[in-house]
Order: sequence, then structure tokens, then C-alpha cells
Amino acid sequence: MTTLLTPAAAEPRPAPPPARRDRRSWTGWGFIAPFVAVFALVFLAPIAYSIYLSLFRDQLIGGTTFVGLDNYQEALKDDRFWAALGRVALFLCVQVPVMLGIALLVALALDSGRLYGRSFFRVSIFLPYAVPAVVATLMWGFMYGTRFGLVGDINDTLGISLPNPLSPDLVLASIGNIVTWEFVGYNMLIFYSALRVIPHSLYEAAEIDGAGQIRVITAIKLPAIRGALVIATIFSIIGSFQLFNEPAILQDLAPNAITTDYTPNLYTYSLSFSGQQHNYSATVAIVMGLITMVIAYVVQLRGMRKGA
Amino acid sequence: MLKNSRRLLRGIGLVCALALGATACGGSDDGDSSRKAVSASDIQAALKKGGTITVWAWEPTLKQVAADFEKEHPGVKVDLVNAGTNDEQYKALQNAISAKKGVPDVAQVEYYAMGQFALTKQLTDLKAFGADKLASKYSPGPWNGVKAGGEGVYGLPMDSGPMALFYNKKVFDKYKIEVPTTWDEYVDAARALHKADPKAYITNDNGDAGFTTSMLWQAGSRPYKVDGTKVSIDFSDQGAKTFTGTWQKLLDEKLVAPVTSWSDEWYKGLTDGTIATLATGAWMPANLASGAKGASGDWRVAPLPQWTAGDNAGSENGGSALALPELGGNEALAYAFVEYANAGKGVQTRVDNGAFPATTAQLNSEEFQNAEFPYFGGQQANKIFAESAANVADDWSYLPYQAYANSIFNDTVGKAYVSDTTLADGLKSWQDASVKYGTEQGFTVEK
Repeated sequence: MTTLLTPAAAEPRPAPPPARRDRRSWTGWGFIAPFVAVFALVFLAPIAYSIYLSLFRDQLIGGTTFVGLDNYQEALKDDRFWAALGRVALFLCVQVPVMLGIALLVALALDSGRLYGRSFFRVSIFLPYAVPAVVATLMWGFMYGTRFGLVGDINDTLGISLPNPLSPDLVLASIGNIVTWEFVGYNMLIFYSALRVIPHSLYEAAEIDGAGQIRVITAIKLPAIRGALVIATIFSIIGSFQLFNEPAILQDLAPNAITTDYTPNLYTYSLSFSGQQHNYSATVAIVMGLITMVIAYVVQLRGMRKGA
Repeated sequence: MLKNSRRLLRGIGLVCALALGATACGGSDDGDSSRKAVSASDIQAALKKGGTITVWAWEPTLKQVAADFEKEHPGVKVDLVNAGTNDEQYKALQNAISAKKGVPDVAQVEYYAMGQFALTKQLTDLKAFGADKLASKYSPGPWNGVKAGGEGVYGLPMDSGPMALFYNKKVFDKYKIEVPTTWDEYVDAARALHKADPKAYITNDNGDAGFTTSMLWQAGSRPYKVDGTKVSIDFSDQGAKTFTGTWQKLLDEKLVAPVTSWSDEWYKGLTDGTIATLATGAWMPANLASGAKGASGDWRVAPLPQWTAGDNAGSENGGSALALPELGGNEALAYAFVEYANAGKGVQTRVDNGAFPATTAQLNSEEFQNAEFPYFGGQQANKIFAESAANVADDWSYLPYQAYANSIFNDTVGKAYVSDTTLADGLKSWQDASVKYGTEQGFTVEK
């Protein structure tokens, strides 16, 4: 750089052509300036600020000090963080396949054209997605109640004793149930719209070749919506790692089962707002963001490889 | 107090809160400890001059007090803001202090959270205004609260929560159970009640830090010792053993309802008699009257059960003070308001509107003691509360970061409510987690 700069600086007056080029490049900047300003303000600045925060430590006694990468070192050794990550990873491995599986089945059923009352069915499956997550969780929370909720009523009516869905052993499954209920419709819509754009000539060709419905699904439909499957999976991975609303709201009903470090996001929230540990909270958030990015990227690479 | 609505709000604001988390940064605070005395004439001059003060408080009775104060001092305007109940408000206050902007002139702070603000020099030491001379006006528990384990006076006590046993007389009469006077009798009553009606429980407990610390206080345990930045935490003293020994029986035999206080379920239980007693602070009557209307006339108040028969140990649960944040302005005027509300004419106004005072003059007045509660079938409940207030041991201290410690109570002690972990083990892990946080925050912590 310096070697390039020196002759330019040494030149007393720039020749006309470079000047014109200069003006032209500024015009370009002028056009993208509104975008760059907004982009920098809403995307880059928060990230930069989080990274900046993560390099300090603010203590009740002693104030703020620069600690370099100490917070990152601590996060890598933090049992509470890893336990939370393990929990959402388990959630991801169980809930996401179940949810996407159901969504795919529903989408294929709708697409098969053999369903009676198709649009009603489509809307009612999609409806839960339109319910805000907070409301949905509160509603399910009431149903899960063993004293006055639906579970309690079933127990009373049938004289049985169902296990408490909000006990520490079952609460993750209960959250999975809520999330599945909320997002099956959304994923179904992604799959269904991908299915709708498959050219009909392919089906006709398959029919002429004497292919059955199962064969059509495995040989035509699934390969054709591969991209949609990968996208839905990536969204679901990110959603699982960012699990927050459902456990945070159920926490009021099951404070002993859902700890303040139940998921990585809940952990950063309590670090920041109960513990005043903004710096460490930023660190955990960044580490979590990186992990999510890596996993989502790996899935994308794997998913797209065979499709290409 | 209104924990459920606070949590609900939190639930709704979660996502935006997370986003805010990144922008709320910790600023450094270098408090100015040298402070000139502010004399009574300075305060008078400020009152004459007038001005506006901002007060952050959720105490409902302050509204009338503020109106009266404005009437008495034309030119003074009191801007009363409800910035949220307890935790919500502390978060807002902490953020305002960090940002050095929008800090109120007066803030309501509960006794357990006093230390956190006092230690970091975020509250003005009111000794400069001569507040230390008001000590004799207050009952010992609340006064100890505003001293926050140090020598300063960081606020003037507004209300207090001497504990008493609220019980559903109808339920006790129905099953012919004696009202317990000791905690051992309480366990027996719990067994008898649950046997007579498997749907009924002696009380609810789902792991509540405030309740547990209050019970430890009464049992003679002193887990927290605070000396400036030196802190020690120990939940293995005799008092703690007394408490866990008894309470463990209730948990093991499933004699307490696993219902969270302030939830809808809780109010239902209080109304229909399936939650038969509550050991809680004297501020409870107004909440019972509004939250469990259907049970009006069923409930009565009795002195808190004792750990040793014939004893009269008391304890505090809740209660708050008005304090002056260091970064707030208009100190003389702010102090004048605090003194008016919590030591002057305002106290009677608040008592008339249903508050439970911290001042001995009101506690001992005949009018107060003889007040009959229609909700308690005409019982003169204040007599019991006032006696309880006088029996509170004043050597208890909270951690200088109690608000945080309470927030992780259910992570640790909560395990005892849903698994095989014992209460004693739960307290031990609470201790470890509190020690860890204290050390990280720069305290010298001894176990």
C-alpha cells in the first residue's frame, strides 16, 4: 500500500482522467450511501458493539476493566452455558425431525389432491403460526396444569394420574410440543409452495411409465423440493438454538424445572438483567452466534452438495 | 408484590429486552463521598423556591401523599412515576444510573435490594440531612433495612412486613384442627388437614427466596454477614438446620401445594380453602381482600408459629423505603418529600389508605391497633402485626447483591421442590452460586 501511495502523493497535481474517475466513484458512493448508512447502523454497529462489550468486565466492586479475551475463555469453560447448549442440541435432534416430518406429510397430503376440504385443512394447519408465540405458550401452559388445567381435568374425569408435563423430566418435551404446534403450518407452507411449482408434465410422464404414488414422491417430489427442505431445516436449527419465548414464559409456571440458564438465550438474558453482567452476556451471545452459524453452514453445504 | 403481572410483562417484552441488552452497557461510577451537611433551613429554602422532583415508586398510597405535599408547598411539583414493581424498577433504575441520564430524584427500594444500591454508592447517605436522628421513630426491622449493613442511612423506611400467620378459620373449624403455635404443630396440622381432604394443603410453597430467607431469619439463622465489601455466606448454622429439618418434612410428605404465589391458581386456592394458611408479611390483608374476595370472613390472623414453644421470635417479609439516587438532582427538595411521606404527615395518609407503617407512633396508636378488619370477621389484626413488628431481631443482613441471589434461588434450592435433592443441599448449592457471583463481582467472600 505504502509503495502505491507514495508516488501518488508525490505527484503535485492529479491528471484530469484520474480526477474524473474520482468524481465518478463518489457518485457511486452517493447512490449506495443510504443503504450503507442503514446497513452499518442496524447490522454492523450492534455486532461491533457486542464484540467491544465482550472485551471488558464490569464489577460491582472495582468498576469496568479491559480483560481482553478472558470472557471468551470463561465462556468455553462455563458448565452452565454448555449444559444449556446441550439442552437445545437435544431439542434440535428430536423436535426438528418430528416437526419437519409432520409438515412434509401434511404438504404431500395437500398436494396429492385427494384430500376433501383441502383449503379448510390448509388454513387450520397454518393457523397456529398466526397465534403470537407468547399467547400460544400461555395457552399451552394452562392446558398443561395438573391442578386446574386440561391435564388436571383429564386426571379428575378419568381417575388417572398423568405425569406432570411441567416436571423437570418432561418440560423439554412439553416445550417441543408447543413449538411443533406453532411451526408445522409454517414449514408445511414452504414445502407445499415448493411442491406446487413442479411441472405437471413430470407426473404425466411418471403415469405413462406406470409409477405409483410412492414412487412419484420419492423420485419426483422429494428431489424437487430439496432446496425447500434445506431452507426449512436451517430455519429450524436457528430457531432451536434461539429458543427463548416458550421456556421464558413457562418459567412462571415451572420455576424449579426451567432454570434461569435453561437455554443459551435465557442464560444471556438472566446474565444481563439479573446479574448486571452485560459484558459476559455479550460474550456468550457471540459464542452462541458463531456456533449457530457453523452448524447452519455445515447443514447447508451437506444439503446442497448432492442437489448440485 | 404483584409478581405475576411483572413476570407476564417481562414475558411479553422478552424479545425487545434481549435486543436492548446489547445496548445497555455498564458505565463506571465514581461516587463523590465528600458531602456537605444539608441543614433544615436549606431544605426550607428549597421548598420556598419550588421546583419539580421525579419519584419512582409503585406504592399506591403515595399518590395522595404527593397531592397533599404539592398543596402544602405551592410551586413544588411531584412527578410520581410507576417504573415497574420491584425487579422491573431496579433494572430501569440501574440502566438509568449506568447511562447517567433520566435518574429519578427519589426511588422506592425494598430492604433486600438496598445493599446492592448502597454499596455501589448509587444512593445518597441521608445522614447529611440529619436522617440518623430519626432512628427512634421506626421499628427495628425496617431501620436495620435502610442501614443496609453499614453505617449510612440510605433511605427512610416506608412500610414494613412483620410476619404473621394468616389462616382460613372455616377450614380449620371444619376439620377441627387447632391453630398451630409452633412449627412442629404446623406440620401436624398439615398432616391432619391433607388427610381429611386430599385436595387441601396447609400452604403453598414452590420455592420462594423471600419466604425462605424470612423463615431463616425467624429461626435464628444469620447466613449473610456483610462488612463493606467483605461478605460471608453460610447456610449450615443451627438456625438453618432448624428450618430445613422441619420444612423438609412438609416437602417429603407432599404437604405443601406446589403453587407459585401470586398466580391465578394461588388466588383460587386462597378463595376455595385448598390453601389453608399463609405465613407472610403484614401487607397481605389488602391483597387478600382484593384477590380472594370470595373468602371474606373466612380468614383470621394469628401470631407466627414459633420454633420453640413459648418463644416470640419475629421476622420481616418484604417492605420498602424511599431513597435518593446519588445521580438524582434537587436533593434538598427530594429529601423534604421523603421526610414528609415517611416520617411526617404523609405516614398517616398512607396508613389511612391501607399501608402498613414502619413508624412506631402509628404502630402503637390506639386508632391503628383497634382498627377492625371486615375481611377478618372484624378481628383487630393490627394488634398482632404490631406485636410481631416489635419482636423482629434487628441483626439480620441481606447480601449486597441479594436481588441477583434471589433470581437464582429456583435454579438451586428449587431442586428440592421437584427432585430428591434436600433443602439443605439446595441451600448449599445456592450458597456456592452466590459465593461464585460475589467473587466475580470483586467481593471478598468467605464461605
